[in-house]
Amino acid sequence: MDQPVFRVRGLCKTYRTGEVEVQALRGVDFEAWPGEFIVILGPSGSGKSTFLNIIGGLDSATGGDAWFRDHALTRQSEAALTRYRRDHVGFIFQFYNLVPSLTARENVKLVTEIARNPMQPEEALALVGLSARMDHFPAQLSGGEQQRVAIARAIAKRPDVLLCDEPTGALDSKTGIKVLEALAAVAAETKATTLVITHNAAIAAIAGRVVNFANGAIASEQINAVRKKPSEVSW
Amino acid sequence: MIRVLDIKLLRDLRRLWPQALAIALVMAAGVATLILGAGAHDSLATTRERYYEANRFADVFAGLTRAPKALQPEIAAIDGVAAAETRIEKIALADLPGMAEPASVLLVSVPDHGEQVLNRVYLRSGRMPSADSGGEALASAGFARAHGLREGSTIRVLINGRQRELRISGTALSPEFVYALGPGALMPDERRYGILYLPEREMSAAYDLEGAFNSVSLRLVRGSNPDKVIAALDRLLDRYGGLGAYPRKDQTSHAFLDAELQQLRAMSRILPPIFLVVSAFLVNMTLTRLIALERERIGLLKAMGYSSLAVVRHYAGFVTLIAVLGIAIGVVAGTWLGAGMTTLYAQFFSFPFLVFSRNPAVYGIAAGATYAAALLGAVKAVREVAWLSPAVAMSPPAPQRYRKVLGGRVELSRYVRQSSVIVIRHLTHWPLRTLSGIFGMALAVAILVGSLWTFGSINLMIDATFRLSDRQDAAITFTSLRPMSALYEARRLPAVMEAEPFRALPVKLRHGPAERRVSLVGKSREASLSRVLDGSLKPVVLPSEGLVISDALARLLRAGIGDEIEVEILEGRRQTVMQPVSAIITGFIGLTAYMNLDAMNRMLMEGAAISGVYLGLDMEARDQLFSVLKETPAASFIALQYAALEKFRETLAQNVTIMISVYAAFAGIIAFGVVYNFARISLSEQGREMASLRVLGFTKAEVSGLLMGELAVVAILAQPLGWLLGYSFALMMAEGFRTELYRVPLVVNREVFAWASLVVFAAAAVSGLVVRRRIDRLDMIEVLKTRE
Repeated sequence: MDQPVFRVRGLCKTYRTGEVEVQALRGVDFEAWPGEFIVILGPSGSGKSTFLNIIGGLDSATGGDAWFRDHALTRQSEAALTRYRRDHVGFIFQFYNLVPSLTARENVKLVTEIARNPMQPEEALALVGLSARMDHFPAQLSGGEQQRVAIARAIAKRPDVLLCDEPTGALDSKTGIKVLEALAAVAAETKATTLVITHNAAIAAIAGRVVNFANGAIASEQINAVRKKPSEVSW
Repeated sequence: MIRVLDIKLLRDLRRLWPQALAIALVMAAGVATLILGAGAHDSLATTRERYYEANRFADVFAGLTRAPKALQPEIAAIDGVAAAETRIEKIALADLPGMAEPASVLLVSVPDHGEQVLNRVYLRSGRMPSADSGGEALASAGFARAHGLREGSTIRVLINGRQRELRISGTALSPEFVYALGPGALMPDERRYGILYLPEREMSAAYDLEGAFNSVSLRLVRGSNPDKVIAALDRLLDRYGGLGAYPRKDQTSHAFLDAELQQLRAMSRILPPIFLVVSAFLVNMTLTRLIALERERIGLLKAMGYSSLAVVRHYAGFVTLIAVLGIAIGVVAGTWLGAGMTTLYAQFFSFPFLVFSRNPAVYGIAAGATYAAALLGAVKAVREVAWLSPAVAMSPPAPQRYRKVLGGRVELSRYVRQSSVIVIRHLTHWPLRTLSGIFGMALAVAILVGSLWTFGSINLMIDATFRLSDRQDAAITFTSLRPMSALYEARRLPAVMEAEPFRALPVKLRHGPAERRVSLVGKSREASLSRVLDGSLKPVVLPSEGLVISDALARLLRAGIGDEIEVEILEGRRQTVMQPVSAIITGFIGLTAYMNLDAMNRMLMEGAAISGVYLGLDMEARDQLFSVLKETPAASFIALQYAALEKFRETLAQNVTIMISVYAAFAGIIAFGVVYNFARISLSEQGREMASLRVLGFTKAEVSGLLMGELAVVAILAQPLGWLLGYSFALMMAEGFRTELYRVPLVVNREVFAWASLVVFAAAAVSGLVVRRRIDRLDMIEVLKTRE
């Protein structure tokens, strides 16, 4: 079998704000394989976002190790982490984080310009069904459309991993489902290993594997024998 | 009791301290320049007034050949005259140990007994010269200092052809000789020209002027018409070789001092208000943007039940604290620098005492204008938010509807990278913000140009005067008119390579109602040492007929080429003739009028006579010349160009340079304050976007590039406007500098523009680097968790 995309051993993270110490992660062990679609569930404060941030190269750990393939993420310099994000990671956030002064196409182009082997921005936008609205600014798009632009922006670089933090958190269920459809479609198309954080248990049904976080550690894992389509779930 | 809102205010101030300080410093620079400029000028003007009053400086002066002292009561009886004093004045050569070149002294008689009535000296040390002991003289303090003369020192003077040794009885200052300028000299030089006061008895004996005088000073009754008095005095003195009476404003020392004060005034009346306006504008602009960022907090306060008015008051308090800080720094710095500068100038002018004048109105205007501008900026910004409903205010402003540049006709992203598209869309999306940024930086450039241009102009003035026009190494003025043969004698003197004759003729020029007393200088047609220059600084051949006058004199007389000017000659046969203006030339120093020497002789209907010679010297051998001249009774004054040049630089260095340097430094502070705030606020506005880009894998350099790009575009666009504004500031200054003595040419060199731009770019670069450190520390995770 292939090498795992992510290999995490005993990952710990302690935040110190003033005199208060918060243990966000208390020894997480985790592996993700190429092409997997994983949903991470957990209440807020369970450490799932911290975990995603560390393996996404946005944050540093205070203990344990995390590897992306052969790269030990926990021992990289900041510049190397920037490089890692640029070359391998596609991010999708709850609040889209689009650049308001750029059109949909330009927001995607922003990333393809600095990527090694990107697809055409138009191609990425077509994948999420936004071919007709490529020249609109974020302010002219609905929330769901903005999130689909964000997905297009994330996959346009053909990332190895797609990290999504509450991608439907700011959307109503109908729009959220459309976004999930787009996400599932591009994940399948690009074969990127996809991790989706959510506290919405309904979404878990579309994953191949579900990881439950609680109290800074993985509480349980389950494999879905049958993956539902996004259109089949509701909340 | 301190309310929570007040605590918030103090904490906000602490959080934003670098920006608050930068704004406060910009305010301080505006306030300080106004206070120090106006303070220095007012103090010096007041001091001069008191000095003149205390020492009874005369209102009208006249020189003549010789008149009996019996004329004095008649002069005193002229309508409008309060006091009259007669005396004897003569120029003599002094031989000073340790000085190769001869120095000249003006010998001035003082009453044998009793006090001077007018132009009283202010004793610095020792006492008045005694008429009883004989051989005593009181020396002007500057001259004494330059030669280490003190009570009891002796000095050798060539008095009426005889070497005399005089004992110094003391040193003194006089309102009459704040500037002691030798005849024909361009600049005062205390080493080479001094005043010696001798008892009248000795002066009259030495010059065969017993019972006579050759100089008279008048003090007028307040409100009397000086022109009438001058006319009456001229009528009285006409028979006695009167050289034309003149009012105080034409008295050399006063005119120089006045020119200096007028320049100081120009500097304090033109630049500082501009600074104040600039700083007020910048403060306004900066605070508006700063408070616009507080939108959500304002909404929160309103949601909690604070009234709109309370919110406005809160932010007004915030601005007030910054303004109080800025005004306090400005007042302290302005007062301190103003006092320092006044003291420096007072020493330079050798005033015996110093009256500090603090005009409360200046302080009021400086503080008031600054505070009002700050407050208006704050209110404008808060008002936009405070009247929104709390719910609307608390939610972030609706996403900005960007537009494509030029309505999408140009597909920007096809030509440039997306990061550049971001910069361009930002700049075009808030045209007002961008324009005010451009305008702010342009003003910073402009005040730098408006301060720095003077250096180059003064250099041009020096260059035109000393290297193009008056190229002689020395000029000798004879004690009295000499025949042309004196020129050939001069050519045979040691070290003399070239010699050219000149004749300085005291005249009154009249054209219509305008009248001016000037020295009309006759030069030989082919003069190559002392030349006359036209508007483009090309030498002019003196036409064989008519007058050649400087543009300043032409303006005063309202005369153009071809106009007939009435020339009243104030020596010899004292005839009045008509002469046409045949050319108008450029002159930066003094009011000048020239004539072809042959034409002058024809006009005078006299044989060729000269009053002095210009010399080109072998500078290596000049000491030989000086030692001969020291023994030559015929030479009364030797003007040395290199000494004058040195003095000129020194004088202007003291006067203009100090002030301008201070202004330039303030301009630098303002430039930095503006640019830094622009960068900081841009960062606050775009921080979220930048953090998002960092998450997407953009490097720190790439993200900083967005801000740097914006700064660079604004800074570059600001330059042409700044140059243009700066040029107009310079124009205003040059107008303000214009006096009868100096005309500072308006030349703004490319170097000035370059330096101004360089300073602003440097400020932008430093601000960029400071802000970059913040960009490097952007919290990427925070931005993912929060909505805009």
